[in-house]
Amino acid sequence: MSRRFLSRLGSLAAVTLLCTACAANRGPAPLYMWDTFPTQQYRALLREGASPEEQLQALQVHAEKAKAANAALPPGFRAHLGMLHLNLGNAAEARNQWEAEKAAFPESAPFMDSLLKKLTATEKTLKSEKPA
Amino acid sequence: MNIARPLKMSAALLATAMLGACATKAPPYDYTAYNKAKPVTLLVMPPVNESPDVKGTPGVWAHATLPLAEAGYYVLPVTLVDEMLKQNGVQTANDAAELPTTKLREVFGADAAVYIRVKRYGTSYKIIDSETRVEVEGRLVDLKTGEVLWKGSAFASSAEQQQQNQGGPLGLLVAAVVKQIIGTATDASFNFAGIANRRLLTPQYNGVLPGPRSPNYGKDLQKP
Repeated sequence: MSRRFLSRLGSLAAVTLLCTACAANRGPAPLYMWDTFPTQQYRALLREGASPEEQLQALQVHAEKAKAANAALPPGFRAHLGMLHLNLGNAAEARNQWEAEKAAFPESAPFMDSLLKKLTATEKTLKSEKPA
Repeated sequence: MNIARPLKMSAALLATAMLGACATKAPPYDYTAYNKAKPVTLLVMPPVNESPDVKGTPGVWAHATLPLAEAGYYVLPVTLVDEMLKQNGVQTANDAAELPTTKLREVFGADAAVYIRVKRYGTSYKIIDSETRVEVEGRLVDLKTGEVLWKGSAFASSAEQQQQNQGGPLGLLVAAVVKQIIGTATDASFNFAGIANRRLLTPQYNGVLPGPRSPNYGKDLQKP
C-alpha cells in the first residue's frame, strides 16, 4: 500500500514538474526600466490625484534611477515628460524632451515632429497676440 | 479486483488530462498579413470600455505600452495621443474607434493601431468572496491598408491566486468585505489590468509577433 502511495506521489510530482516547465517559458530580459511609468501614465490619463509637479518629480526620480543602473528609458517616457513640462508652462524643456525622444527612438519622428511643429505654431500666435 | 485499481486508473487519466491541457494548442494563427506588414510603430487607441467602471479605459490604456514595447515595438506615448485626440474634438474611446485608419496614419504616423475592448473591469461582490477581474480583447490593424493583422483575448482574476481562507463562514464574509473595500480603494483592478494586458500583448504562441527592437525579431514562436 505504502509503495503504491509513493509511486502515485511520484507520478503526481512528475506531472507537476512537467506543467511547471510548460508554464515557466519566460521571455528575454526586459529591454527597459519601467519603474512606476504605467502608474504615471494612468495618473495623467485620469487627470486627477497627483499634480503635474508631483508627476514630474516621480519621472525625474525614475530617470535618475535608470541612469544609475545604466538602463534604457521606455518608449514615450521623454515625450510624456515633455508634455508635463509644457503643462507647467516650460515650452523650451518640452521641446528638449521631444527632441530627446526622437534621438532615442528615431521611429517616433513623425509624431514628435508634428508635436514640435504645433508647439512652434502656438508660440508664434502667442507672440503675435502680445500687445506692442 | 481491489479498490486501488480504479483509483490508479483515474489518477492516470487525470495525469493524461493535465498533460493534455498543457500541450493542447489552438489552431495556429495565420500571420501572412502580419509578416507582410512588418509594423514598427504602434498606436494604442483608447480602449473601448464595456464595463460599468469608468476607469476601465485609462486603467487598461496605461498598461498597454509595457508589453508592446518589451515585445520590440515603438509605442506612441498614450498620454500625448489622448491630448491630441481631445484637442481635435475626439472625446471618447468610442468616437476614436470610429476614426478612419488613413486619418490616424496621417495624424500619428504609426504603422499599425492596437484596438482594445475592455469586456470586464472591476471587483464584484459574491457571498463567500469578492473577485477582481479584468478581461480584454485586442486587435492589431494595419493603418495603411485597414487590414486586421492579429487578434486575441486574455483575462486576469484575483480568484486565480486565492488560498483557502480560515475563520469559518463569518470570517470569510468579513474577509470578502474587507477585501472589496481595499480592492476598490487601492484600485486593485488597475493591477489586474496590468496582468491581463501582459497576457494579451506579449509575444507567444498565437500572440503578437516580436517587433524590430526585440532580440526575438523574426523568430517563429509557433514552433515548440
